[in-house]
Amino acid sequence: MAQSLAKEFTKGLWTELPPFRLVLGLCPVLAVTKSVENGIGMGVATTFVLVCSNLLVSLLRNIIPAKVRIACFIVIIATFVTIVELLMQAYAYPLFLKLGIFIPLIVVNCIVLGRSEAFASKNGPIMSVADGLGIGIGFTLSLGALGAVREFLGNGTLTIWEGLPVFSMGPDFLPFRFMLEAPGAFVGLGLMLFLMNLIPQK
Amino acid sequence: MREMISMIVVLTVLTVISGGLLAAVKSGTEEQIEIQVLKFQKAPAIESIFPDVTNDPIADRFTIKTEEMKLQVFPTKLADGSKAVAFETKGTGFGGPVGLMVAVNINSDKVIDVRMTAHAETPGIGTKPKEDLFFVSQFTGLSIMDTDFNLKGSGGVIDAVSGATVTSNALCTAAVKAKEVYQKLKPEIIKQMK
Repeated sequence: MAQSLAKEFTKGLWTELPPFRLVLGLCPVLAVTKSVENGIGMGVATTFVLVCSNLLVSLLRNIIPAKVRIACFIVIIATFVTIVELLMQAYAYPLFLKLGIFIPLIVVNCIVLGRSEAFASKNGPIMSVADGLGIGIGFTLSLGALGAVREFLGNGTLTIWEGLPVFSMGPDFLPFRFMLEAPGAFVGLGLMLFLMNLIPQK
Repeated sequence: MREMISMIVVLTVLTVISGGLLAAVKSGTEEQIEIQVLKFQKAPAIESIFPDVTNDPIADRFTIKTEEMKLQVFPTKLADGSKAVAFETKGTGFGGPVGLMVAVNINSDKVIDVRMTAHAETPGIGTKPKEDLFFVSQFTGLSIMDTDFNLKGSGGVIDAVSGATVTSNALCTAAVKAKEVYQKLKPEIIKQMK
């Protein structure tokens, strides 16, 4: 039990790392990773939705009729996304302004729906929470890593919280602005995928 | 038949619970969200309209309550000694309500400046009136008593931002609303400003 629990948790951190191994949920990955702060904020919001929706879907898996399961999943996910949106407006307004439309778009993020459909609807609540937490943390770390690469090259800084850089290259650094634009996101993601694929999968 | 009933029942119960939960969270966070909007949307707009006033319009704000509405008013005094107020009205844009902060000189009844505030418009398209200040500069100096703030196409005097017609229209609707509100509440505003 404990062993399989750990397995469900850690698979999200490496073998099924959402953006790089499964290459899923790329819309927020490309759009919000202009800084580490944005990436991690988006990741935490997604993790919250993933864990809550996985728990609820798994608790209700025997009650939800198979024919309307997708509709039920969407209702559950949308509820948690709206809660995240309201909480973010109340307690992290600047982050809410930066992430904007991508918070409500978590509803249609295929990672969240995918975990409900493929995992939580077939497994117990504890396993489902472990799965959601693993995938969510993996997603957060991936967004943070891509955000770090893009922010470092594109702006010469690394920002973790409230727009205050924890690291800065100083005013002499000539930023590679391209990395902050949309094409830079594709290039950054592509290079990271390339580097990850150099490491052989077991 | 049984299957159909169970589908209907499950979906109905689920949506009812979701709706109830969301209503609870919304009413729980409403106050805090208002504080945040004041700090991050209204305060920067007011600061950019009144760059060098001596008082703090945010701290001096007061609320006027009438039967239909609640209006937050930010009072200040201009360099030439005349009194001015700023208040926010809303129009409906592409992604929901769009806020417009309107500043009016009470002595001359002229618009000092306006700013777009909270909105949910499409980034890069509907947000143009917020970034490009040409659109809002059109309001400066117009009389709030007798100007038609609608877009030129609707018989007014304001040019829309190309590509952001719906948002421009929302802001103009907000300005027309501001005109109505100001005309109706001006005596009340002056009374409360002392």
